[in-house]
Amino acid sequence: MKKLFLILGKRVLALLYLLGGLSYLASQTFYWLFIPPFKKERIFEQCKKAGMDSLPIVSLIAFFIGVIMALQTAYQMQRLGAEMYIGSIVALSMVRELGPVITALIVAGRVGASITAEIGSMQVTEQVDALQTLATSPIKYLVVPRLLALSIMEPLLTLYANIIGIFGGYLICVYRLGVSSGMYRYITFSALLYKDLFTGLFKALFFGMIIAFVSCYEGFKVEGGAEGVGKATAQAVVTMFILIIAFDCLFTALFYFIFP
Amino acid sequence: MIEIKELTRSFNTHKVLDSLNLTIEKGTTCVIIGRSGCGKSVLLKHIVRVLIPEKGKIYIEGKDLDTLNEKELDNLRLRIGLVFQGGALFDSLTVGENVGFGLIEHTKISHKELLEKIEEALSLVGLCGIGNLMPAELSGGMKKRVALARAICVKPDIILYDEPTTGVDPITADSINELIKALHDKLKVTSVVVTHDMKSAYRVADRIAMLYQGKIIAEGTPEEIQNTQHPVVHQFINGLAQGPITETLDSFR
Ligand SMILES: Nc1ncnc2c1ncn2[C@@H]1O[C@H](COP(=O)(O)OP(=O)(O)OP(=O)(O)O)[C@@H](O)[C@H]1O
Ligand SMILES: [Mg+2]
Repeated sequence: MKKLFLILGKRVLALLYLLGGLSYLASQTFYWLFIPPFKKERIFEQCKKAGMDSLPIVSLIAFFIGVIMALQTAYQMQRLGAEMYIGSIVALSMVRELGPVITALIVAGRVGASITAEIGSMQVTEQVDALQTLATSPIKYLVVPRLLALSIMEPLLTLYANIIGIFGGYLICVYRLGVSSGMYRYITFSALLYKDLFTGLFKALFFGMIIAFVSCYEGFKVEGGAEGVGKATAQAVVTMFILIIAFDCLFTALFYFIFP
Repeated sequence: MIEIKELTRSFNTHKVLDSLNLTIEKGTTCVIIGRSGCGKSVLLKHIVRVLIPEKGKIYIEGKDLDTLNEKELDNLRLRIGLVFQGGALFDSLTVGENVGFGLIEHTKISHKELLEKIEEALSLVGLCGIGNLMPAELSGGMKKRVALARAICVKPDIILYDEPTTGVDPITADSINELIKALHDKLKVTSVVVTHDMKSAYRVADRIAMLYQGKIIAEGTPEEIQNTQHPVVHQFINGLAQGPITETLDSFR
């Protein structure tokens, strides 16, 4: 029993330590965000890495999620003879929940992990120290462009995933289940409200920031060579996944009570 | 002038620097010698405040590093060049961008002027025309020289060299020694050179300091050090396997 409390205590301490480190990094980053010079090219480069290069995998997964959603709901709906409502279920679950979360998980695994590995290897080869000796803040040079890029690209990718997912559902309903194309579109757009879209995109923005901060934080913390980089990358992905799901739950509950 | 007072630093429980005192006068070259792992690189990193002292003070040109804010510290760092032991080149940038990094980030000079300055710094270390290569395409010794070029490109008043001649061929090593001397003679740069190579130590040094067990145990002109009576220093500069440094090891046998 005592042991259980000890383990629990250690976990809680580790969590507090992580949250403390993250909020310190976040406050530093927001400070440096407003200090000139502003280098647009660096942000574009990161946007390309985080956003453009994630398009293929996001398309693929969002499309299949849309298809799967349509098929799974069809299983129930066909019994009730309500195939046409599949459209609204697919659209709502994509836009409110699956779009933001799936995109965030993909970006965390693909972009977040690569940021941790990159900053981590810069840390172990003293490049982060070298930045400091050249009077350049590692936060300004490394974290700020990544934060901006992820905050911009994450909502855009989510929007894109929503569209692709709904399109996947459309293909199944129109070509397999015999819902008319006009009907599907009507049901989809009448079900979706602006608040669904905005709460989804707000989540996406927040997830983007989580990915940027956690991946950079774990990268800076690396010590001990290549092994350390590997460990930190694994740790970063786990932390990002947990935080994304936890905050998703929190926001979903909040929005449920704020905008019933 | 660099003044280090009572500098103490440990990693975990291992005390690397133990109330170390050292003063380096303006315009002089001080060579720091000491065994591998005795904390020479750690000492240099404290001077640029990449590492923060546990105890003790460091004054550069009379300014206490503890009291400087972010901006003042950056202004100071722009006047200090550090050549890292492993080079620490930015591997996502080309050699040219690495060398010109300080200028690109902190000045608004034209592109043409920038290229000239980069080429000038590269030619000083004998590496003309490699500005477009990536660091991964260079040999170990070339990386070290590019790191040297990066440190001198901003024309600093203080240059800290961490083993600049280790891992380069004897001819290049000699030309690096020449360069260190030339920067000292012509531009009156204050230099701190960490090295194991006693030959180059005698060539470039105005003063030599020996770091041993976290302290500076001897400091003086090259002649004074060469003729020292101190047994530890004597063993080190003559590279003897038997002596007080290795005595603790011998007692295990
Ligand atoms: N970041 C760090 N974490 C833990 N220990 C460290 C760290 N940096 C240095 N040390 C320890 O400090 C000691 C001194 O290291 P340092 O790199 O200064 O040696 P050095 O004198 O430069 O040796 P060399 O001549 O081989 O370069 C070593 O024992 C090392 O284990
Ligand atoms: Mg060293």
